[in-house]
Amino acid sequence: MAAVLESLLREEVSVAAVVRWIARSTRGSEVTALTRPQDNPGEAAALSSLRPLRKEFVPFLLNFLREQSSRVLPQGPPTPAKAPGASAALPGRPGGPSRGSRGARSQLFPPTEAPSTAAEAPLARRGGRRRGPGPARERGGRGLEEGVSGENLPGAGGRRLRGSGSPSRPSLTLSDPPNLSNLEEFPPVGSVPPGPTGTKPSRRINPTPVSEERSLSKPKTCFTSPPINCVPNSQPSALDTSPWGLGLPPGCRSLQEEREMLRKERSKQLQQSPTPTCPTPELGSPLPSRAGSLTDEPADPARVSSRQRLELVALVYSSCIAENLVPNLFLELFFVFQLLTARRMVTAKNSDPELSPGVLDSLESPLFQSIHDCVFFAVQVLECHFQVLSNLDKGTLKLLAENERLLCFSPALQGRLRAAYEGSVAKVSLAMPPSAQAVSFQPETDNRANFSSDRAFHTFKKQRDVFYEVLREWEDHHEEPGWDFEKGLGSRIRAMMGQLSAACSHSHFVRLFQKQLLQMCQSPGGAGGTVLGEAPDVLSMLGADKLGRLWRLQERLMAPQSSGGPCPPPTFPGCQGFFRDFILSASSFQFNQHLMDSLSLKIRELNGLALPQHEPSDEDGESDVDWQGERRQFAVVLLSLRLLAKFLGFVAFLPYRGPEPPPTGELQDSILALRSQVPPVLDVRTLLQRGLQARRAVLTVPWLVEFLSFADHVVPLLDYYRDIFILLLRLHRSLVLSQESEAKMCFLNKLLLLAVLGWLFQIPTVPEDLFFLEEGPSDAFEVDTVAPEHGLDAAPVVDQQLLYTCCPYIGELRKLLALWVSGSTGRSGGFMRKITPTTTTGLGAQPSGTSQGLQARLAHAFFHNQPPSLRRTVEFVAERIGSNCVKHIKATLVADLVRQAESLLQEQLVTQGEEGGDPAQLLEILCSQLCPHGAQALALGREFCQRKSPGAVRALLPEETPAAVLSSAENIAVGLATEKACAWLSANITALIRREVKAAVSRTLRAQGPEPAARGERRGCSRACEHHAPLPSHLISEIKDVLSLAVGPRDPDEGVSPEHLEQLLGQLGQTLRCRQFLCPPAEQHLAKCSVDLASLLVADQIPILGPPAQYRLERGQARRLLHMLLSLWKEDFQGPVPLQLLLSPRNVGLLADTRPREWDLLLFLLRELVEKGLMGRMEIEACLGSLHQAQWPGDFAEELATLSNLFLAEPHLPEPQLRTCELVQPNRGTVLAQS
Amino acid sequence: MILTKAQYEEIAQCLVSVPPTRQSLRKLKQRFPSQSQATLLSIFSQEYQKHIKRTHGKHHTSEAIESYYQRYLNGVVKNGAAPVLLDLANEVDYAPSLMARLILERFLQEHEETAPSKSVINSMLRDPSQIPDGVLANQVYQCIVNDCCYGPLVDCIKHAIGHEHEVLLRDLLLEKNLSFLDEDQLRAKGYDKTPDFILQVPVAVEGHIIHWIESKASFGDECSHHAYLHDQFWSYWNRFGPGLVIYWYGFIQELDCNRERGILLKACFPTNIVTLCHSIA
Repeated sequence: MAAVLESLLREEVSVAAVVRWIARSTRGSEVTALTRPQDNPGEAAALSSLRPLRKEFVPFLLNFLREQSSRVLPQGPPTPAKAPGASAALPGRPGGPSRGSRGARSQLFPPTEAPSTAAEAPLARRGGRRRGPGPARERGGRGLEEGVSGENLPGAGGRRLRGSGSPSRPSLTLSDPPNLSNLEEFPPVGSVPPGPTGTKPSRRINPTPVSEERSLSKPKTCFTSPPINCVPNSQPSALDTSPWGLGLPPGCRSLQEEREMLRKERSKQLQQSPTPTCPTPELGSPLPSRAGSLTDEPADPARVSSRQRLELVALVYSSCIAENLVPNLFLELFFVFQLLTARRMVTAKNSDPELSPGVLDSLESPLFQSIHDCVFFAVQVLECHFQVLSNLDKGTLKLLAENERLLCFSPALQGRLRAAYEGSVAKVSLAMPPSAQAVSFQPETDNRANFSSDRAFHTFKKQRDVFYEVLREWEDHHEEPGWDFEKGLGSRIRAMMGQLSAACSHSHFVRLFQKQLLQMCQSPGGAGGTVLGEAPDVLSMLGADKLGRLWRLQERLMAPQSSGGPCPPPTFPGCQGFFRDFILSASSFQFNQHLMDSLSLKIRELNGLALPQHEPSDEDGESDVDWQGERRQFAVVLLSLRLLAKFLGFVAFLPYRGPEPPPTGELQDSILALRSQVPPVLDVRTLLQRGLQARRAVLTVPWLVEFLSFADHVVPLLDYYRDIFILLLRLHRSLVLSQESEAKMCFLNKLLLLAVLGWLFQIPTVPEDLFFLEEGPSDAFEVDTVAPEHGLDAAPVVDQQLLYTCCPYIGELRKLLALWVSGSTGRSGGFMRKITPTTTTGLGAQPSGTSQGLQARLAHAFFHNQPPSLRRTVEFVAERIGSNCVKHIKATLVADLVRQAESLLQEQLVTQGEEGGDPAQLLEILCSQLCPHGAQALALGREFCQRKSPGAVRALLPEETPAAVLSSAENIAVGLATEKACAWLSANITALIRREVKAAVSRTLRAQGPEPAARGERRGCSRACEHHAPLPSHLISEIKDVLSLAVGPRDPDEGVSPEHLEQLLGQLGQTLRCRQFLCPPAEQHLAKCSVDLASLLVADQIPILGPPAQYRLERGQARRLLHMLLSLWKEDFQGPVPLQLLLSPRNVGLLADTRPREWDLLLFLLRELVEKGLMGRMEIEACLGSLHQAQWPGDFAEELATLSNLFLAEPHLPEPQLRTCELVQPNRGTVLAQS
Repeated sequence: MILTKAQYEEIAQCLVSVPPTRQSLRKLKQRFPSQSQATLLSIFSQEYQKHIKRTHGKHHTSEAIESYYQRYLNGVVKNGAAPVLLDLANEVDYAPSLMARLILERFLQEHEETAPSKSVINSMLRDPSQIPDGVLANQVYQCIVNDCCYGPLVDCIKHAIGHEHEVLLRDLLLEKNLSFLDEDQLRAKGYDKTPDFILQVPVAVEGHIIHWIESKASFGDECSHHAYLHDQFWSYWNRFGPGLVIYWYGFIQELDCNRERGILLKACFPTNIVTLCHSIA
């Protein structure tokens, strides 16, 4: 490879030829390099000899560049970039020197180096740097290094990116840089790195067949690093400990520890919300100092050392990028940005001999000899990728356009960028913090009828509450340092899952789980979120309440950290962590299975959704408005799909993932044999193929990538998935951005696909060689063959907001630039956010069952030339009206039938007597009578749809819609709605009637039973009533007080005034006449209390306030009060009054204690009761009769007998009362109230 | 009447082992004249119930029951008209109504062959005339009318108060033209948990979205509020989103800490309700 590069540098070969040569190699071998006419024979000859090495060229180039830049980008960017290499590689950034050394060694190039490194990088940084030296350097060390001019070795140190790896990956590969360089890269602390000379060897090209070791060496276990590298896939990621250890002298032990820490850290991060708390603090302290102390080296175009050579390499490099020969476009851009913003050369690089620009032959001399070189190179590359740059978000563009180095090195590019910035509308907005919102209860799916038993229903009720309780607890605690999900919630979750016995309960719970997942993680809140392309309005933020603001502010501060470098591992940011941990803690086989079923179903459904397709012919004006909606809809669908697919991948591959290294050799074979038998949880291959054919890659691929990102190590080795990867690779290669293929795929769509695919290729479980190995038997994609004229791919469905939402790591670019501006690692850069798709509902407006025949085709044709919104409107209206129609039928026809059923049932009950016969039989009779009426439903439904649909369509379409279009749309809507409604009704109406009647029957039968009294007709208040009467509770309480006074015990000064009693009864009357606040139990108690009160009056037991002589109520007053009571009983109580209690032994017995006994009030009362018709004589006689059976003192019994005889003997005269007093001696004297 | 925790605790402090009689209530009112009576009563009742819950067990050991019963018997033999049972309850610091139930149960066990069912006991407590023994009937009745924290009458009063406030709330909603579904309607639709009212169109109160309103005719102290949160409010939130709880007799200010989370507390019907405006475009 080096040879190629060298010949290039020597100008023996042209760049174009080299690129063709490489591309061919990757694309397919039929055309040999030599055959192309353009190829200069000499070039061809030079290259052809190198042919076997062709596919290693790109990895080599990448590694070469990384290595070369290691001096400049020694340490990772301050950002907690995960991409070790990349960020680490950046030398200069803050803390430049000191860091540099450490950084360099630790992770120069993220990619190859190993994922592990990458992952560790952040940790190391914050905590104790990974290798011993690290820490020292970081703080104090930096000064040291700065001082030392010459130490650092350039190339060697930097680990080469995966690039280096690449070579290695094939067995022959060139040196695999990382290992070799390790020593140099990681010198013991404090030690000055060896001189440049020493280093050189390492970066040397000699192709050592180290690949094996190499592979081991890279710690693949961690996701973080972008592994492009070389390891042959067969032994993907061994737990590299040993190799690594060997490689790194001082650090190895600590490395282990670090890895451990990292693991913990990572798991913590996974659990945490999107804004991990950790980063800020760490960054905080070091940064400021760094910023302050460093001075950036100015870059000067005039001092570039070997222009020509740099230009050439830049050109080759750019071409590789443009042709998608590199695995990850954005990673390369990141690297280039790092070069652009490099602060200083780590070491002064001993003055190289070859100062003269012309001399640069060979690779022997370092490519980047100064900051000037780096910047020059970077600008060269950027110039070639203006198109990509111009499609970045506005913030990044601004930073780029304002970058003084860029201005200095290429005013032209700067000018174009400025123009692009000014024209850009691609603001990427912040999302609102996703506040947890519960899935609302839906009576249609959640009511009792949808459960197999009452028990299941109630269990689910409890589960819902437990689920949210757990969720709330998680929200409260998951950011606390010592909190652990499993410890805190695990047992509760398992207990809850344990209750889900019935299979149907599982599906209910899974539905809840999935809905909550979508609600919390995919679109925050729906309502308040910012809309695409609009930055959050400061004013509105100010308007919000304090807490909300705080939250947002906090989120902003933390956000920069949330994505981990340009190639972060798949994570579960924010709320997703909850769902992930829930699944883990639940560890329920049934739950997982139901969840996978449900996720698969939803994915299929969303993936197949008929999203609008772009009609280029649309006039611009209105189509713009429409496209806002289309785009938003697409974004919602895409984000939902990605979320669901991520969880599906997570659950589906869960059983196969573990911390242990992937199997090798025979073990692997047997596992492969076994696994290849297992059908995939979702047929993603077919979905991918169909998606490609239908030109819907832009929808299908992003979610597929999410799904695959959770695959275990074995997956890529399975034929089924290998096919998928190969398809994806071909797709990747075919997405050449510079090709004007707008008709096939929009630029941003491509960019999205490149970004997600690039990310996928960096995931540790994806074998690194996969990317470079692919010899692409069939070159071009066959996609073109079947493609419909306008697929989704051709529609401008992706915008920057969506791009950045799906690929937050692209935001790392902006962070780099922002860091450059701020001169420190400031936290200024929280740009990445989630999108807030505002519409969550209404996705489902799919055409209902197809009406067949010509009419359907006509309708289809009708829509073809109309704006897509028209179709959606019609479908939406049809869907809603159809559904409303069913509800309407339920509320009218069915409800009528139910009423009929009730009255029929009443008749039955009357004729058959109380029991009414067997309920099941009754039901059958009723249904046989009523169900035939269901036939009317269809006619009614048709009529309903006819009546309702046109208006709705008219209201929703633009006023200016031509009349003919409008009426067609209306008719189609009517047809579709009718079809939908009638299909449902004809299938279900009978069952529905049956169900409702059944419910009514059981209701009626139940009501028959226990409380017939409650059904009594009740009068309301009079119309003039203003509801000012005293409250029933107050009255009960007042009467209770009187009763307690009467019953005692009481203080000597306690008593009631007669006026108070009168007032009380007056109030009671008011309350009873105003029914507003009266409930039956209160009325019952009032009735009971009034009877008690009457008994006490009769027995003269109420202590009266006033002069001592008058300790008892005057007889006249007592009668007046009794009269009031009688009138209340007669006129005002609507419920039954237990008057018979007046003659209960207990109440009558109250008289026994009075001395002398007075019977006249009782007699008076009895007569009045009879007279007012409150009690019958017979009833009273019966009561009196039973009184005799009680045990009484002798004299009392006699008197009682007298009373009873007297009462019975009385003729039915209207005025008997005069004689009552003679019943007993009215010996009023001292009758003490009993106390 | 929103109290700070300190204010509340001052009141609660005065209620330690005070018998639930009308005399106690009167004294309490004199002690805190500035607080509303209803609030005081509600706090009193809750504190007393907490106290009873704590000590309930010790009154229900068979030894305790036996000893109470014997004391009761001895007492009524001496003087059936004296408040034997009531005094006993006060003496051992137990609620009179509950003491009455205890003795009644014991009495029936002795006089009937089969153990009395709960519903029989309840029915006798509601209407002591049904108690076969006249003396016991009077004693029980006396306990019940003198107990201001337990017993069928008190239960009825509480129930009535709750109902009245729901009605009040309904009227206020109607008056404000806020359409709602009430508990009965919700139940009929198959909802598994039903707040008093669900607003058909949400409103905002003090910047918080309200989907449902629950009326509580009691004072919101920590204990009851946490129980309500667990059994009701969060369940409502889980199904219907954020909502409003009205503690008509006030609450401890510090408990109103879930506003951001979606549970807003008020001590009266909110005055500043913001409704969704249908702009006339």
